[in-house]
Amino acid sequence: MPVSWLVLLLIGLSVIGYILGRQRALASAGGDSRALHSLPNFYGMNVAMSALVPAALIFGVWMLVQPSLINGSVSGSIPASAITEGSSLDLVMSDVKRVAEGIDFAVTSGAMSAADAKSLDAATTDVRTVLAEVGVALGSDVRPEILQAAQDYRAMTATGTTGMTIIVLLAAVAGFAISYSKTNLHYRARNVVERGILALLIGAASLAILTTVGIVFSMLFETVNFFGLHDWKDFFFGTVWAPNFRGDSELAILPLLWGTLYISVVALLVAVPIGLFAAIYLSEYASKPVRGFAKPLLEILAGIPTIVYGLFALVTFGPFLLSMFGEGGSFGVNWMSDARSVATAGIVMGIMLIPFVSSLSDDIINAVPQAMRDGSYGLGATKSETIRQVVLPAALPGIVGAILLAASRAIGETMIVVLGAGAIARLAVNPLEALTTITTRIVSQLTGDGDFASPETLVAFALGLTLFVLTLGLNVLALYIVRKYREQYE
Amino acid sequence: MYDSPALEAALDQKENKIAAKDVQVFYGDTHAIKDVSVDIPEKTVTAFIGPSGCGKSTFLRCLNRMNDTIDICRVKGDILLDGEDIYDKRVDPVQLRAKVGMVFQKPNPFPKSIYDNIAYGPRIHGLAKTKADLDEIVEKSLRRGAIWDEVKDRLHAPGTGLSGGQQQRLCIARAVATQPEVLLMDEPCSALDPIATAQVEELIDELRHKFAVVIVTHSMQQAARVSQKTAFFHLGNLVEFGDTGQIFTNPVDPRTESYITGRIG
Amino acid sequence: MTDISQTPSTPPKTSIHKTDARTKRRNAAERRFKAYGIAAITAGLLVLVVLVGTILNNGLGAFQQTFVSLNVELSEAKLDKKGNRNLEDVKKVSTFGYAPLLKTAFETKIEELGLETELKSKDMAAILSKSAAAELRDFVLDDVSRIGTTVEFTFLANSRVDGYLKGRVTRESIANDKKISAAQLDFVDQMVAAGVVEKRFNADFIFGADASDQRPEAAGIGVSMMGSFFMMLVVLALALPIGVAASIYLEEFAPKNWITDLIEVNISNLAAVPSIVFGILGLAVFINYMHLPQSAPLVGGLVLTLMTLPTIIISTRASLKAVPPSIRDAALGLGASKMQSVFHHVLPLAAPGILTGTIIGLAQALGETAPLLLIGMIGFIASNAPDSISAGLLSPNSAMPAQIYEWAKRAEPAFYERAWGGIIILLIFLVTMNTIAVILRRRFERRW
Repeated sequence: MPVSWLVLLLIGLSVIGYILGRQRALASAGGDSRALHSLPNFYGMNVAMSALVPAALIFGVWMLVQPSLINGSVSGSIPASAITEGSSLDLVMSDVKRVAEGIDFAVTSGAMSAADAKSLDAATTDVRTVLAEVGVALGSDVRPEILQAAQDYRAMTATGTTGMTIIVLLAAVAGFAISYSKTNLHYRARNVVERGILALLIGAASLAILTTVGIVFSMLFETVNFFGLHDWKDFFFGTVWAPNFRGDSELAILPLLWGTLYISVVALLVAVPIGLFAAIYLSEYASKPVRGFAKPLLEILAGIPTIVYGLFALVTFGPFLLSMFGEGGSFGVNWMSDARSVATAGIVMGIMLIPFVSSLSDDIINAVPQAMRDGSYGLGATKSETIRQVVLPAALPGIVGAILLAASRAIGETMIVVLGAGAIARLAVNPLEALTTITTRIVSQLTGDGDFASPETLVAFALGLTLFVLTLGLNVLALYIVRKYREQYE
Repeated sequence: MYDSPALEAALDQKENKIAAKDVQVFYGDTHAIKDVSVDIPEKTVTAFIGPSGCGKSTFLRCLNRMNDTIDICRVKGDILLDGEDIYDKRVDPVQLRAKVGMVFQKPNPFPKSIYDNIAYGPRIHGLAKTKADLDEIVEKSLRRGAIWDEVKDRLHAPGTGLSGGQQQRLCIARAVATQPEVLLMDEPCSALDPIATAQVEELIDELRHKFAVVIVTHSMQQAARVSQKTAFFHLGNLVEFGDTGQIFTNPVDPRTESYITGRIG
Repeated sequence: MTDISQTPSTPPKTSIHKTDARTKRRNAAERRFKAYGIAAITAGLLVLVVLVGTILNNGLGAFQQTFVSLNVELSEAKLDKKGNRNLEDVKKVSTFGYAPLLKTAFETKIEELGLETELKSKDMAAILSKSAAAELRDFVLDDVSRIGTTVEFTFLANSRVDGYLKGRVTRESIANDKKISAAQLDFVDQMVAAGVVEKRFNADFIFGADASDQRPEAAGIGVSMMGSFFMMLVVLALALPIGVAASIYLEEFAPKNWITDLIEVNISNLAAVPSIVFGILGLAVFINYMHLPQSAPLVGGLVLTLMTLPTIIISTRASLKAVPPSIRDAALGLGASKMQSVFHHVLPLAAPGILTGTIIGLAQALGETAPLLLIGMIGFIASNAPDSISAGLLSPNSAMPAQIYEWAKRAEPAFYERAWGGIIILLIFLVTMNTIAVILRRRFERRW
């Protein structure tokens, strides 16, 4: 039974549960809803929730767990002899999955009957050609062991799905029956339903933790795989980034980290002075109309998608820089050979960060109590003296926090650097030369045609994890500082 | 506090430091101060009393143009400092405030060290040529603020770490450090406990020897204790102004009497 | 207080009506400082103006396209030699078989107009888009009885010709261009004068599908707009209920303990995690592990949901917090349960704020590109708009920002124009959404 039917069935069951539960409760009270412990709706909701929630939970968990169980079982059954030289279990498994999915597809598209699919034999049928006919391209011929494993895989998936359907439906019916039988006028339906809702609310809140766990684990596993294939010392301490498909790639993070940090620093050099002075002017000097006009306009810059900045860097700003500093440019210096460079990406990213820095700093400057300013004015200080010597020092921790958040943004920014920074990994110092960053390499390694078990692809997860740890550290530090700062003036 | 008749006689001879004439203050459409004329004598403590919202703080803030920082506030009339109009176009409020210092209701030390808090004014006004000069000013101001003995061993600790009373004396010392001629105090003891209040009051009495002090207070006892002149404000009007002794013992206006005896306020 | 009696060094009496040198210097510093502020604001606003100017200047062209009107004789001799109008036979004529019809059509046109040109008919036909022959073939296969008639067609012009009419392509710039010659441009000039070639509003750009990198003139953003739409549907359906539920728990029910703290710290961190990391998560979990279809808006929607959740939770909590406790107390005082007080009173009062936050979150998700690259929403051409909801969710598609990226990557001026045009459409959506959010906020803003 297709999964969508199962979902519809569950929903139908809970709707019926609602109606029946409500009726039964009313009937038990002789039609007088005042005699019930709870409002009639609660009885209905109780039955509906008992039918739906546990079943849906089982459904969700099953969907998550089944693939890895089957994966483990099938890969365990693959004989060591099936793993050829230069390959790995993961590679073979991805072949197996591809064949299995291809056969499934052939069956659903009608090119093959279910019985034919089961009796496929690698010795007599050329599976590769058969699958190619339905549009599933395989990299190599299908060997018998692989086909066998693929058939196992299909069989287990089918069994698993059937088992899941039965168990989920059983759970739904059981929940329905139990709650329905309990329904009578003394049953404290409201309390039960409210406890149920609370549990759902808690579930929703813990999704945040689940997401973080998901992020960490999804990258951690693949990173471990990567370090199984590639020396970790080269990754962390090497100085050359040169992926190739001959199997001797040099995959060092250092040149990427250098590019990332360099571009981020350029971005902050643009964003911090402009953003900070804009915030100071808006919060301390600007009249109300000016503030009401300029602040939302500046914030528009924050709402523009990064792809727009990326295109701006690539098509407009980069060529503009090139026409100034490139060969035959206005300055006649020939310092720049390509429109894409550290300065291109960095300055455009800085523009993007201006409103980020300014609105955070604005909040922070406004949090400095007026009494502090009055004290300074009362001593005969000018406005700028007050700002520089009293307000800013008082706001410093908050502003540092804001800058750290902006730095974390800059480090994790992708589109601007993908389009504007270039793709050359090196340890160059000239800001008018192209460099590459961690995020651009993640994109290029994961959007290429490389297969998923090669170190050239897996390195993206190690890069991602490094990026995550780096930004997480900055965020935690920044949030801690900002929070401490807020507490000081609350 | 001025039980010797000689001193009382001397009071009358003191020249006026600040002369305010027909001062009107508007907050947007609200007429906050109406026709107030008052003369503030040199080397005297003048107290402004009155029920809350009567305009005494507003008037005080006119004297060093702190109201300039509020957009909707307008001031009319003449306020003369040593015979010069402080609302004259040529006046730089910054320069004015260096001469007319201010201490606020809540102690507001800057989040800097004690030393830097005191040194702030002298630094911006360029009163010290050398580090030694500055050290001297800091020490002198702290002594004058009657807090030197308590903080001399921790000049570089943050000013925010002091107790409330110490903070307020630090703020007074900070105001003194810019060598003002007039010291305005806006309810300087309202956030302090009785012991700290007593210390600050004692300090105010000492400061009188050097400055013209104007203090706004909601406590009549405090006005009676520290001031020689008292002005009673009510609903934006200056009701009565005279020697403190006379105001408290023999008020002319019935409203003053009602306030002093606790019937309005 | 020993030193009070000793005379301190009193500064010399100065008049406040004279500004001393030091004050003058200080005031100059003040003016400088203020000027920095004004400069910063001006710089910010200037950049905005430049950005908007660039977008409009480069992108408005995409909404116009050059078309060529021709009368094409669907000659029987070329298309249906047997003359029996059998569909199977007609199908045997490939696209190449239709090219001569176009050449003939140009020759007829020239004769009709009495134009002189040295160009061969093949070069004349080359000013059309490469899709022209295929368009003819589709037209014929649709109804074979059309063979033998003469029909007026409006073909897309080739992107070079289009660029020439828009001023992007000049005789200098094509010096080394194999795709078009100066003679062809002269010919285009003649045709423009004759009214055969003209620029018109191009609805296909807004509603059409992407085209291969040989035919920028035919590329449209319509299908990827559908992709974005379905993703937003997923985000709305998941992020709103989950976000509101999480916020209600954290704001109304959560006890103050380390678990709650952990969740809160987590949420603020997730809000600042780079979006590309969510893309990696989506790739690893939804595609590699759960085997959801690659490039499907469903997966895109799931990834964007996870990304948007923190934003929605943060703004929802703010609006829940803004409802005063007295409302809760009032409900509790009437004997409502905590749950009832929240769902009956607090939540409706917070609804406008929640809605505003949700719209802003959606707008953010709509413009997000990086995670979509990793789950494969680029690099292919979704040629048809999805015909059902499940197809919309599951069949491969692109999304507006991903489509823009794809065009930008093709590194060809005609596609850059497409990309900027796409940005205009994307920004129209974003501006609309943000305006709605602002109006909602103004309208329902409540001061307690």
